Amino acid sequence: MPSDMPHLSPLVGLAARPFPLLPVSLALSALTRRIARAHPGLMRRLGPAAGRRFLIDAVDLPIVLLLHPARLRVTAHRRTRLPVADASISGPLSAFLAMLHGAEDGDALFFSRDLNISGETEAVLALRNALDDAELDLTEELAALSGPLAGPLRRVLALAERRSGVALHRADLPGVWT
Amino acid sequence: MMELVCPAGTPAALRAAVEAGAHSVYCGFADETNARNFPGLNFSPADLAEAVDFAHARGAKVLVAINTFPRAGAEAIWHRALANAETCKADAVILADPGLLAHAADRHPSLRRHLSVQAAAANPDAINLYAEAFGVRRVVLPRVLTVAEIAAINRAIDVETEVFVFGGLCVMAEGRCSLSSYATGLSPNMNGVCSPASHVDYSEERGELVARLGGFTIHRTPKSAPAPYPTLCKGCFTSGDQTGHVFEDPVSLDASRLIPELAKAGVSALKIEGRQRSRAYVAQVVRAFRAAVEAQAAGRPLPDTMLARLTEGQAATAGAYAKTWR
Repeated sequence: MPSDMPHLSPLVGLAARPFPLLPVSLALSALTRRIARAHPGLMRRLGPAAGRRFLIDAVDLPIVLLLHPARLRVTAHRRTRLPVADASISGPLSAFLAMLHGAEDGDALFFSRDLNISGETEAVLALRNALDDAELDLTEELAALSGPLAGPLRRVLALAERRSGVALHRADLPGVWT
Repeated sequence: MMELVCPAGTPAALRAAVEAGAHSVYCGFADETNARNFPGLNFSPADLAEAVDFAHARGAKVLVAINTFPRAGAEAIWHRALANAETCKADAVILADPGLLAHAADRHPSLRRHLSVQAAAANPDAINLYAEAFGVRRVVLPRVLTVAEIAAINRAIDVETEVFVFGGLCVMAEGRCSLSSYATGLSPNMNGVCSPASHVDYSEERGELVARLGGFTIHRTPKSAPAPYPTLCKGCFTSGDQTGHVFEDPVSLDASRLIPELAKAGVSALKIEGRQRSRAYVAQVVRAFRAAVEAQAAGRPLPDTMLARLTEGQAATAGAYAKTWR
């Protein structure tokens, strides 16, 4: 019984379909290198799983991503030509981003069938746990790569977050009892 | 007020637990000395030292689970874990093995000792033995007792009791269960892993999610049903023309409504399961239970925890606390 995680409009997928893959791969690889530099504990927690290839399948996007942490590389692929992977995770983009930002629990998304996994379960768990400990904030990571455009980028992403319901920054709840 | 003891599989989860209102947080080292030895989880000694400083600065305690059973000839790994816990200024260690308890009492006498649920001490005689022989100050009770049985135990012992109130429900004789070993050769007792991920395989077959552990099919979940963990004790098996859960249904414990009764039964601390879960789970569950113990202490009605979505099977039970079966 999948929960009410928002799915991107099919129009977004249609609009993104003709987009060339190479710029997407280059941008996401730059983001991956930036995250690895800023969060060295992430690679340590990944351990041997860093050498695995993870297929990230956001089912509401027209492309899939292949993450290879040890090479600090992400490549985009058409659904018609799926790459070879050691483990795969699939679900709506909103579920991935909510988990990444600490807004949703990965096991709960698995129980609810929002996220599905196959391949090397141990590698998927290591990736999930390492990312959870890294407390990533994609808005801030992208802003750090954007130089003078960081301010406008933050405002655009905040607007996109409000409009789509998709988590684009870290979900920090203020301390209640401390 | 009853002490709320909360799980942390990572430093980020520990910070989330403290910020959400944990009185104590329990965690373990990233090796076979703790019963949640999962990939990507747990603490290095340096992580633990930082985490203890963070918790102490905010008035919270850190308890270190060293609750597997040492292998003969490899005791040094477990002894080192004890020494590291003391060096990092942990407030207590949670132990199960009598040999390790004896070592801790002898070499680290000022380090408070709690008895892990893995010791499966479920009666006053067993608890009093651990208290007298090893100076155990608190016992974590197995999840097989009714509230009335817990009250009777508390009347016959002099140490604190801690009980699970939320999360994964293990109804086996903990520390003795060999189901995972049968399928994978690895167990929570010796290796810190129940149904290790290295032996789990998921696949989609004819519209069903098929989970296999060590090559054995544990369950086939229809498309619209919640997916459970791939543990043998919650497996759905076919024998002859019958198919069903042999040991227990895939549901989780939620004893939040029983907090007033547990307080009356003399329980000192309430434990939340889930060191393998994310900081999102920790924050939500701890926040809800802190509000509940605050309400109980103030004599107010308990708020609803609203946590069903986070539980295995997306369904909860009061487990053995309100036992209606024989």
